Amino acid sequence: MTSTLRQDIAYTSRDILVDEQRSRRRPLLTPSFLLAVVVTLGLLAASLLVGQFDVFAEGNFWMFGITRIPRTVALVLAGASMAMCGVIMQLLTQNRFVEPTTTGTTEWAGLGLILVMWLAPTASLLARMSAAVAMAFLGTMVFFLFLRRVSLKSSLIVPIIGIMLGAVVSSFTTYLALMTDTLQTLGIWFQGSFTGVIQGRYELMWIVLAVTVLVFLVADQFTAAGLGKDMATNVGLNYTLVLFMGTAMVAVATGVTATVVGTLPFLGLVVPNIVALFRGDDLRSNLPWVCLVGISTVTLCDLIGRLIIAPFEVPVSMVLGLVGGIVFIGLLLRQRRKGGLVT
Amino acid sequence: MISLTDVSKAYSSSVSIGPVSVDIDAGGITALVGPNGAGKSTILTMIGRLLSLDSGRIEVAGHDVVNTPSKAIAKIISVLRQENHFVTRLTVRQLVSFGRFPYSKGRLTLGDEKYISEAIDFLDLTDLEDRYLDQLSGGQRQRAYVAMVLAQNTDYVLLDEPLNNLDMQHAVAMMKQLRRAADELDRTVVIVLHDINFAAHYSDRILAMKDGQVVEHGTPAEIMRDDVLTRVFNTDVQVVPGPNGPLAVYY
Ligand SMILES: Nc1ncnc2c1ncn2[C@@H]1O[C@H](COP(=O)(O)OP(=O)(O)OP(=O)(O)O)[C@@H](O)[C@H]1O
Ligand SMILES: [Mg+2]
Repeated sequence: MTSTLRQDIAYTSRDILVDEQRSRRRPLLTPSFLLAVVVTLGLLAASLLVGQFDVFAEGNFWMFGITRIPRTVALVLAGASMAMCGVIMQLLTQNRFVEPTTTGTTEWAGLGLILVMWLAPTASLLARMSAAVAMAFLGTMVFFLFLRRVSLKSSLIVPIIGIMLGAVVSSFTTYLALMTDTLQTLGIWFQGSFTGVIQGRYELMWIVLAVTVLVFLVADQFTAAGLGKDMATNVGLNYTLVLFMGTAMVAVATGVTATVVGTLPFLGLVVPNIVALFRGDDLRSNLPWVCLVGISTVTLCDLIGRLIIAPFEVPVSMVLGLVGGIVFIGLLLRQRRKGGLVT
Repeated sequence: MISLTDVSKAYSSSVSIGPVSVDIDAGGITALVGPNGAGKSTILTMIGRLLSLDSGRIEVAGHDVVNTPSKAIAKIISVLRQENHFVTRLTVRQLVSFGRFPYSKGRLTLGDEKYISEAIDFLDLTDLEDRYLDQLSGGQRQRAYVAMVLAQNTDYVLLDEPLNNLDMQHAVAMMKQLRRAADELDRTVVIVLHDINFAAHYSDRILAMKDGQVVEHGTPAEIMRDDVLTRVFNTDVQVVPGPNGPLAVYY
């Protein structure tokens, strides 16, 4: 390197300008970002206004506070956090197909829920949520340990292992539910839906907001971990600690969302991949995008579910499953066309 | 100085590396050569604390690489493995800026940006800095990895076959740059090379390995001899005088 590296030479103002222009952060407040904000706000406004019950009729406005606002807040928090969980898990596993529903994380959370219902039927929502979080953490750790034995990190084997693990866990959950006569509750849970998210239930979702803030703070560590264990260690990252931290964050977000809303399949898969396509994987500069796209995707799917067979509702998980499935296949085909990656 | 004392690594009952005891002087370029499977990468990654040792001790500039916190080592040693791939989609500049991670933890200062720009310019990547890594050729990507390691600005730089995939022009350019890093900045560069002529021309010392052992350690003049090279590489080698020093001919 040139000798200027040795000393801290005072920059001329021109140099500073050049370095700033070349800086790695891409500007956030671009016209397209503002457009995305407007679209998202529009969808949220629609979510507040759409429904069978005429909240603006005389004396009906209390319903607005009890159902519409909680539902919309839950949409925002669930959408943002599940999309973020997807990114984190994809960076930690270095695999594009990984997210809470393809690693068994949500199934483990479900097991936690049923276990509490079985062992302590009168337990509070908070207790149930804690169990879901704890089991989600355990399950994700099991998955990561499993992954260590698999060398084909970039292959489809990874989500297949995850889905298999999830299937085993969920069949055990179903068995438990059958024994304890809670099969119906389980069925409702597996169909993630925002229908029942009302006052008194949605408040737990605020925990997810705390997780989101934390992720913003440590985003660079996750991106560094995405370079792989060796490169991350080379730059002084404690890889195991980051893995642990990421798993804990994913477990909390997934556990809480699972308790309040249920499963939201593919959200964590679709959103990060779409964002990465346009903006790459630098997590810190992408997080606002990931959150926005997550929120608008889940809100749009929820709106579709509410309108398509009104006055009834289709669970958001079904709409998401459909949309996610299509994107998943598109992704596979795209990677195959590019040659490589999927082997 | 890098000093290895009875370092060994057993991958299985039949494959084991070491015990190796060797001192690599600080400053200058040391080339690590030897046939495939000799244990070069194993030794290099152990010095760079990416691989645990089964026994023995490695000290770099007086720091035990096993016991010193990884964060501290990241400011002393940088290491690039022979193979690197990740699916994370980053631009060249974003990747290189992770070389500053030990100092900035991601919050880049203007000083960091300056190192990053210099490392990128240094490896002739200026026009490619906003390209995604998956849009580069193999050699361009290899240069981006080396740029990241150089941006780390450590006294000790360990590179495992950095000339992989490079064309003649860029291979020579990279060796010249490493030479400058060693001469002007007193860096200690340890580099695994397969081209013995490159090693002879650009390095100060050559360390030859074979079957998990260090078999030769000396100046290029001491190593560039028919009998030594023939023994190390298990193939007939003839050393002839060339315009810029001795050349090994093996075909
Ligand atoms: N992860 C591993 N598991 C088992 N054996 C390994 C592993 N890595 C390396 N080996 C074995 O250890 C020996 C030394 O390998 P190493 O990678 O250090 O060789 P090298 O000198 O770098 O060779 P090359 O020039 O091909 O890169 C080889 O016999 C190799 O098969
Ligand atoms: Mg090697």
